[in-house]
Amino acid sequence: MWAYVVRRLGESLLILLGISVVTFALLYLVPADPARQIAGRSATAETVANIRAQLGLDQPFHIQYARYLGNLLQGDLGRSYLQRTEVSELIAARMPATLLLMAAAITVELILGLTIGVIAALRRNSALDQSLMVFSFVTISAPQFVVGILLLYVFAVQLNWFPIGGYGTFAHLVLPAITIGLLGTGWYSRMMRSSMIDVLAQDFVRTARAKGLGRMRIILRHVAPNAILPIIAMIGIDIGLFMSGIVVVESVFGWPGIGQLAWQAIQRVDIPIIMGVTLISACFIVLGNLLADLIAPLVDPRIKLK
Amino acid sequence: MKKTLATSLLALGTAFGPVQAQDFLDAKQGGAMIVTYKDDVSTLDPAIGYDWQNWSMIKSLFDGLMDYEPGTTELKKDLAEDYTISDDGMTYTFTLRQGVKFHNGREMTAEDVKYSLDRVTNPATQSPGAGFFGSIAGYDAMAAGEADSLSGVTVIDPYTVEIRLSRPDATFLHVMAINFSSIVPKEVVEEFGEDFGKNPVGTGAFYLENWTLGQSLTFARNTEYWNEGLPKLDKITFEIGLEPIVALLRLQQGQADIPGDGIPPAKFLEVTQDPAFKDLVIEGGQLHTGYITMNVNMAPFDNVKVRQAVNMAINKDRAVRIINGRAVPANQPLPPTMPGYAPDYEGYPYDPEAARALLAEAGFPDGFSTEMYVFNTDPNPRIAQSFQQDLAAIGIRAEIRSLAQANVIAAGGEPDQAPMIWSGGMAWIADFPDPSNFYGPILGCDGAVQGGWNWSWYCNEDLDAAANAADAMTDPAEAEAREAAWRDIYLKIMEDAPWVPVFNEQRFTMRSARLGGPDAIFVDPVHVPVNYDFVYSTDVQ
Repeated sequence: MWAYVVRRLGESLLILLGISVVTFALLYLVPADPARQIAGRSATAETVANIRAQLGLDQPFHIQYARYLGNLLQGDLGRSYLQRTEVSELIAARMPATLLLMAAAITVELILGLTIGVIAALRRNSALDQSLMVFSFVTISAPQFVVGILLLYVFAVQLNWFPIGGYGTFAHLVLPAITIGLLGTGWYSRMMRSSMIDVLAQDFVRTARAKGLGRMRIILRHVAPNAILPIIAMIGIDIGLFMSGIVVVESVFGWPGIGQLAWQAIQRVDIPIIMGVTLISACFIVLGNLLADLIAPLVDPRIKLK
Repeated sequence: MKKTLATSLLALGTAFGPVQAQDFLDAKQGGAMIVTYKDDVSTLDPAIGYDWQNWSMIKSLFDGLMDYEPGTTELKKDLAEDYTISDDGMTYTFTLRQGVKFHNGREMTAEDVKYSLDRVTNPATQSPGAGFFGSIAGYDAMAAGEADSLSGVTVIDPYTVEIRLSRPDATFLHVMAINFSSIVPKEVVEEFGEDFGKNPVGTGAFYLENWTLGQSLTFARNTEYWNEGLPKLDKITFEIGLEPIVALLRLQQGQADIPGDGIPPAKFLEVTQDPAFKDLVIEGGQLHTGYITMNVNMAPFDNVKVRQAVNMAINKDRAVRIINGRAVPANQPLPPTMPGYAPDYEGYPYDPEAARALLAEAGFPDGFSTEMYVFNTDPNPRIAQSFQQDLAAIGIRAEIRSLAQANVIAAGGEPDQAPMIWSGGMAWIADFPDPSNFYGPILGCDGAVQGGWNWSWYCNEDLDAAANAADAMTDPAEAEAREAAWRDIYLKIMEDAPWVPVFNEQRFTMRSARLGGPDAIFVDPVHVPVNYDFVYSTDVQ
């Protein structure tokens, strides 16, 4: 088990290294000169050249990358070109908001997804089941910025139930959490439904029924816990999905997380921030997958870690 | 001829006329407002900050030797109590106000003025504004890293500082009014180093009370402010991260007072026609011109007739309609509110027939194919499509290259990459209200270099010489002659037609009914976007 974890962590580091090379190379190839961005339009050619030299941007790619990596290994993500602030400080300031949104979104998708999945499985092939599955299909397919703007318009602007974007109270959290959570809701409800149907067909369920246990008791004590297990393992993988959604959703709702930071940085070609957020998100995804793999054998003893 | 100048002589024009009423100056202090913005505030370091979001924030936290009358482009003295200019126009001596305190309680002196100018011109500071100080003696040594202090700036006594120039510079007092020459306290800059922009300390009307990264900033009233009666508000909260549409909704529901990013184009007609809000909408000019550049070194735009034909082919009224009339058509590089604007000049008429004839005369009876680069954010691609149709009507087939802003700027800075560029979203907005500011970087030879902003690569050495001569006219008595000289330069440029001037954008913003003050300070031409110091709260009147 521990050998497995250590090996996986080692692999994760290699993956992160690969991601950093690729991202750094892509940003290196962007035909926009950061030195000119910093220098502004009134700068003379000497000023621009001077800034380029100070930032080491006049060096070849491998030297620039080696320098970045060297700093990274010391925990230094560099300074934002335009905000002139430590990238780590900017990310740290915004991390709590993103983590809060993540926790809330996972709560939403578990509650909604599992409930819908259970109901659909128990009413299998009924009109209710079919409409729930259509609903889950829609939530999986709908672009998050459309869902976000729609929710904002209906519940904040028209009904005035929630504030129009922003951050701070529980009310601010509801709409963005639902927007992100709905995507997972679709996946989880479909998985829960099929998982429930599988379990319902198992022998032990028939035995329970034969023992004369009540229907609710069978579902809650015997079926649901067994059906849920594969889904728990999914949450780790879900973090990756989450990271891809926050850029859009945080921008729509004015949620001050790292997704919004990334979006602003991309528009202004603020390379140190783009690198920093990409690496942090990659860490989340890699760790999420590792977590999923570690949970899997606990859920299903037939899976062995090697 | 050593004399004290009346600032009005130097005020080379006012955008809106002086704000007449004194009543807003007498408004009671107190109250608060909420201003919203989409993007993070990048930095509040006056040597670094150079975007239209932090521009007036910095002006409220810091002061310079000079400033402008609220809502106008009229220069006035700020931290300078007085100044004199030597006969040859090469030495400026400023007397400072006494008893002015930084937010940390220390008194501001002439040493701080010297330190601030040394700091902004020091290459290690990486100031985007360093180039503005090129006329101060010793600048070149600073820029080359050979000196750590400007030899032209001398502290005479704690309240007197003398600045010697290396060449006459009629714009020098404007330079002393831009953010980059704000006075900063050495000990605080040294304490925070690169993080001074997050911990700004100045002598301004407000001080930074709190900054929660990515969320909000709070400015509180500097109760020790030297300019008595200012600022009006006790507190300004800047809420960050709100899309302009969301910001507008919040204003309409009373949750915000000013949408800092203005009224979003998509909502413009709705808001300006809504009886409940149309009176809160404020329109103002700005020192902006939107233009199409034609690279004069790339065939066939090396032929002046082709450039003139394009000038006659573009339907500017339609371009203005595309942005819901939020602009006025332009026929010359300078915007109408800029001194030196030629009101009688008629420009090239919109005349596709004549344009086609001129194109044939130039040797292109069947037109030609070319490319137009454009910033990929709405409405710019739509405007470019309109130009594409105009050009097609005279036989020019222009392919639109719609790219991110930084990429268009990079393409324009290459000598042979972008034949045409529509400047929308990246167009020149003056740093200070002087005609020279529309020349050097975007139409002069200085800007026609790799990585420069002169995207038409137009370089006319005669005009460069004329521009230098005009900027050497420092005697205020020559102000009118200087303005005429500049007017002449821009009209000569139009003969060579490296640009199609398309329109001058107007700014539209809104304020809640809780706020008072003349309209002009909400669309201040210099304290962009809003002159926060003079806004007052109607709740406390």
